[in-house]
Amino acid sequence: MPETVIVDYDAGNLRSVQRACAEVGLAAEISADPARLRRADRIIFPGVGQAGSAMATLNRTGLADALRQRLGEGVPVLGICLGLQISLDHSEEGDTPTLSLVAGETRRFHFADPTLKVPHMGWNTLSLRQPHPVLKDLHEDDAFYFVHSYYTVPQDPAVVLAEATYEQPFCCALGKDNYVGVQFHTEKSGRAGLALLARFAAWDGVFKGAAGEASRAH
Amino acid sequence: MLTKRLIACLDVRDGKLAKSVKFVDTKDIGDPVAKAREYYDDGLDELVFYDITASSDERRIMLDVVEAVAAEVFIPLSVGGGVRTVADATDLRLAGAEKINVNSAAVQRPGLIDECAHALGNQNVVLSMDVLRVEASAAVPSGYEIVINGGRLRTGRDALAWALEGVERGAGELVVNSIDADGTRDGYELALTRLLSEAVRVPVIASGGAGTPEHLVEALTEGAADAVLVASMVHFGDYRCSELKQALADAGLPMRMRW
Repeated sequence: MPETVIVDYDAGNLRSVQRACAEVGLAAEISADPARLRRADRIIFPGVGQAGSAMATLNRTGLADALRQRLGEGVPVLGICLGLQISLDHSEEGDTPTLSLVAGETRRFHFADPTLKVPHMGWNTLSLRQPHPVLKDLHEDDAFYFVHSYYTVPQDPAVVLAEATYEQPFCCALGKDNYVGVQFHTEKSGRAGLALLARFAAWDGVFKGAAGEASRAH
Repeated sequence: MLTKRLIACLDVRDGKLAKSVKFVDTKDIGDPVAKAREYYDDGLDELVFYDITASSDERRIMLDVVEAVAAEVFIPLSVGGGVRTVADATDLRLAGAEKINVNSAAVQRPGLIDECAHALGNQNVVLSMDVLRVEASAAVPSGYEIVINGGRLRTGRDALAWALEGVERGAGELVVNSIDADGTRDGYELALTRLLSEAVRVPVIASGGAGTPEHLVEALTEGAADAVLVASMVHFGDYRCSELKQALADAGLPMRMRW
């Protein structure tokens, strides 16, 4: 029986994610137990809140190590919002070293236009940068729900799957091997978001993007 | 491009939908879960539930409503009315609310905003404010005064000063509800939303008074609002959510038009 785990590290309301998974037929268990995570064959790593406290919890509980282990073993992992941001090396939020699942950093938005609201909150569309199984069949008018004040800057542009624009284009979806991360709350993004979750539920974790090829060569 | 949001507010009393006119004489208009589902299917961008029962022994009913809605409506869901403590906010979050609206209790005890922001993150705390137009005075220099308890009690507090304080304390969004305009369908209080929207860096939601699609356009342009909240005009079947969004898109505003 395939088992999907939603990682619980005191970072927000995970039941929204669980409900959206249920809606697309993916039974997912919320767990804070690293041993449970090590048995998962599909992992959702969501989160809202602050990078520093999130990392402290992940390190203290052993969830960070379990996540790295399962990722290394090829299990498909979906990061959402803070779960995406802390997958890089470093976050400007609280000057926090983060998980280093993907090379790069998370920075705070600074806008030239002083009237722009922070956080970037609301529905925005995506510009696809390369095909990925989880972002398949996306329509250019599909909008997703964002709430964030920080954005990811991957070191290797080849991992960028999609960008959204808020004054400047920024990376809002990235993929490397069996990891895929999205900045928007796919669980609160209507049918477009549910469709993305359904595709993640069906994904085998294989991604032959430019970055994936490069990493396999090492 | 970031779109403007159409938000519908459902006032719930004892688990049933109600809509007030000038905050008095409410009448039942149906089942909140069915209504939420209908709006979701019709392209609504966000839902707000306002519990106007707000007596603590009835709170379980509201949690059940939120839970039922969250199981089938996958857009942001915001809940307010009677949130007095972080525990109230946490209960609603667990039931499925994305954002928590605080109103009267925050005016009476502003530290509630700080506590909720700390517990839930700023982006999940919405400061909802009921505002009455008054003669400008030393105490209320903006000419807009905060009222509480469903508009029944004047506080002597200036709306602009309160908005700034609320954001400083950690509110991630403001709902600005004009008591004068509420339920009239004569249009939003544009000067008020513009005043507050230009003063803060968090999103401002215009509330109270919408009667036609043109009113919504005005709030998002002249009123400088980031989102518009509607109630009567959709609850009673005068307009459909999709029709309103189409009208906003036709007026050149960026809207989510695929759902």
